[in-house]
Amino acid sequence: MMTLSFLQNYWWFIVSLLGGILVFLLFVQGGQSLIFQLAKNTDERKLLVNVLGRKWGFTYTTLATFGGGFFASFPLFYSTSFSGAIYVWMLLLLCFVLQAVSYEYMDKPGNIFGAKTYQIFLFINGLLATVLIGTAVATFYTGSDFTVNKINLTDLGAPTVSVWNSAWHGIEAAFNVHNLCLGVTIFFLARTLALLYFINRISAKHETILARVRKQLWINAIIFVVFFLAFVIWTFLSKGFAVNPDTQEVFMQPFKYFLNLWQMPVVLIFFLLGVVAVLYGIGITLFCKGNRRGIWFAGVGTVVTVACLLLIAGWNNTAFYPATPDLQSSLTLKNASSSLTTLKTMFFVSFLVPFVLAYIFWAWRVLEKKQTDIAEVKSEEDDY
Amino acid sequence: MELLNASLVEWSRAQFAMTAAYHWLFVPLTLGLGLIVCIMESIYVKSGDEKWKHATKFWMTVFGINFAIGVATGLILEFEFGTNWSNYSWLVGDIFGAPLAIEGILAFFLEATFLSLMFFGWKKLSKGGHLAATWLCVIGATISAFWILTANAWMQYPAGSHLVAASQRMEMTNFWDVLSPVAFNKFFHAVVSSWVLGATFVLGVSCWFLLKKRNVAFALKSVKIASIVGLVAIVLTILTGHSSAREVAAKQPMKLAAMEGLYDGTTNAKLVAFGIINPSKTYDNKENPFIFKIDVPIPGFLSWIATYDSKSFIPGVNDILNGGYTQFDGTQALSFAEKQARGIAANSALKQFSIFYNQKDTVSANAVWAEQAENTKYFGYSHIDKAADMIPNVPLVFYSFHIMVLLGGLFLLLFIVALIMKGKIEKAKWLQIIALICIPLAYLCSQMGWVVTEVGRYPWAINEVLPLNAAVSKLATGSVQLTFFLFLVLFTALLIAEVTIMVKQIRKGPQEN
Repeated sequence: MMTLSFLQNYWWFIVSLLGGILVFLLFVQGGQSLIFQLAKNTDERKLLVNVLGRKWGFTYTTLATFGGGFFASFPLFYSTSFSGAIYVWMLLLLCFVLQAVSYEYMDKPGNIFGAKTYQIFLFINGLLATVLIGTAVATFYTGSDFTVNKINLTDLGAPTVSVWNSAWHGIEAAFNVHNLCLGVTIFFLARTLALLYFINRISAKHETILARVRKQLWINAIIFVVFFLAFVIWTFLSKGFAVNPDTQEVFMQPFKYFLNLWQMPVVLIFFLLGVVAVLYGIGITLFCKGNRRGIWFAGVGTVVTVACLLLIAGWNNTAFYPATPDLQSSLTLKNASSSLTTLKTMFFVSFLVPFVLAYIFWAWRVLEKKQTDIAEVKSEEDDY
Repeated sequence: MELLNASLVEWSRAQFAMTAAYHWLFVPLTLGLGLIVCIMESIYVKSGDEKWKHATKFWMTVFGINFAIGVATGLILEFEFGTNWSNYSWLVGDIFGAPLAIEGILAFFLEATFLSLMFFGWKKLSKGGHLAATWLCVIGATISAFWILTANAWMQYPAGSHLVAASQRMEMTNFWDVLSPVAFNKFFHAVVSSWVLGATFVLGVSCWFLLKKRNVAFALKSVKIASIVGLVAIVLTILTGHSSAREVAAKQPMKLAAMEGLYDGTTNAKLVAFGIINPSKTYDNKENPFIFKIDVPIPGFLSWIATYDSKSFIPGVNDILNGGYTQFDGTQALSFAEKQARGIAANSALKQFSIFYNQKDTVSANAVWAEQAENTKYFGYSHIDKAADMIPNVPLVFYSFHIMVLLGGLFLLLFIVALIMKGKIEKAKWLQIIALICIPLAYLCSQMGWVVTEVGRYPWAINEVLPLNAAVSKLATGSVQLTFFLFLVLFTALLIAEVTIMVKQIRKGPQEN
């Protein structure tokens, strides 16, 4: 059972799942991008920051684990993408650094840069992290400008295996409308999830801000749905990067990603269920006044939908990180993965994931037994 | 294809070194202060004395300020393996990636989850529950250190792996071999030395309160805990430092030679207490390596430290380059020229293998590779141009090592005196001032340790496997310079922000009522 092929597919599933969880947790970033719009005074700002602030560590940790997981399971992706699209990844990391210190330093005495600076940092993180992650992930379906030649390692003058051709080092992906479409989708999805989260977490005592949240939910949800449909339809109608299972040759195949769903009905069913769950979560919040559980449906739906979209980028003989100048340089589950020994070791380590999820769920429950109001925030000694 | 120029490698090294140095400003305080917070809260839970709770909360606030920026710089470090060292990430990702992934799954979530409970759970958890959250957060941070230090130890001693021709990279042979004695030594030495830094920080800050005659009861409690933790930690640091040095002697003789400024090997080798390196000295001239030096007056002390035999031969830089001496494992050392020739033969064999393999002629491919089986471990030498490139920056490694050791001795003395004086420390102004001065010295000591570890490994990214010039990403030097300065400005600004917030918080003092 534990063949290399099985483990490559298993690890692509784990990476896809982590990707789904990461996109869900980007609601923290979405919330940060809304602080200036929603909060009209210091108390409201403090309330939003504290509601979000207790969750920022999870997004951060998931990003680091996603990176570590990719490194361990598909090191050729790690080396090719991070060195090639270096400007994108550096920009992304930079805005996560800003986020990490902002919550902790914003309202501390002795803060020489002032609270406003850190609020702007949070906005920058909210905007850039979501758009850049979306744009970067879109290149899984549209391709990037690199070549890979493993035997370069023996070249004594120029031993580099992965070479990126564009001097823009990844920024060029943002000039592709198809890629940008996913970037905008993720931005508005994160904001939509944040609004659902605010409705779930903020005490009903704060009617004014909740009214603003509901108004924003309409706008953000509609934009998200439009861009999501545009990206999905565009991707399903485009040619995809297929792999010949016998020769491992990469070639362009019409409707590849749609065919992947069709040929993997379980993924198709989960994809549809995920989409329905997201729409249901938004719908019950918008149309059933007083319903606060939308975040749970939309959150689970987001994880499932994103995981399925990532699965069709790698499973069913598909090149998950395509190279446009030379199709044969494209990264596939077979040519980019770690060895059998490493994947097997990591397979056993992955059994700990449910245990980790269990204690995160428990801790979340402990901290969120009741909804948050400003009086409670102010009574905390370690508020943000 | 254009040659990778030296400045790209140097800038990439500088960027990684800068990020690592900043990261290591915050990590040891997280580990050391974390332990002290755990001990204080345990005493509070056991005794019920609210004063211990106030002390715990004060140090926990300082811990939180430091923690955030440590996490931020750590994320950059993880991704820089991919951004700046792409060949490295591919060639050894099969082995190196696993500890990083395990760190994420096992440690990061533990740390992040229980950090929230530690700060926001005082009113939501029972006393015991909160104590457990605090311990679990600090244990998470320590487990995180274990995996990242395991990964670093593997760069010093790449056990449990081999070069595989078919995949043209290093592959793991056995995960348990990766957890080598080098890894355990490195982990214990780095963690217990972080406890020293944490204890020095607490002792120094507490002495500031005593100097100001403020919050005296709190300060005395903190002095007591810091002195005990500090003394235990510095003794453990010296012991683990000794076993680390033995590992270096056996596995990285060039690093040991640089640490001691030893160019010509000798039996009954003496340990240098301190000295001034002669800047004109190179491996191929006859100048004296030192302008001035003082040896530890114990005959054969360096030989004894390295092998437990005061008569054993310790190779110098020239011996390692010229070969011909008997190594600790009983084998004859090869010269650099021989290793380079074998590396080039292995390199050609890999190229030939690839041609046959792509033509589906696996028989010829395997035959070519099998012929060079003995030489594959020297593959990395094919990318090293000349003997001079094998030598790390001797003065930098030498001074860093000796500053670290001398400061370690100072801390041992500090904690012994602090414990002896514990009843009278309130009146010993001189000791309070020394303790305060020791805070920056502890940071210096900690940084010097990493300089020895990392600069001493030169020219290798992975010791004896992958040299730096073959590990680097193909980028324009200007791109690396841009990100270098970007992060330099950002980290410096955040460091200033952190220090000012921390100083303000310390001046505010604990809430004792």
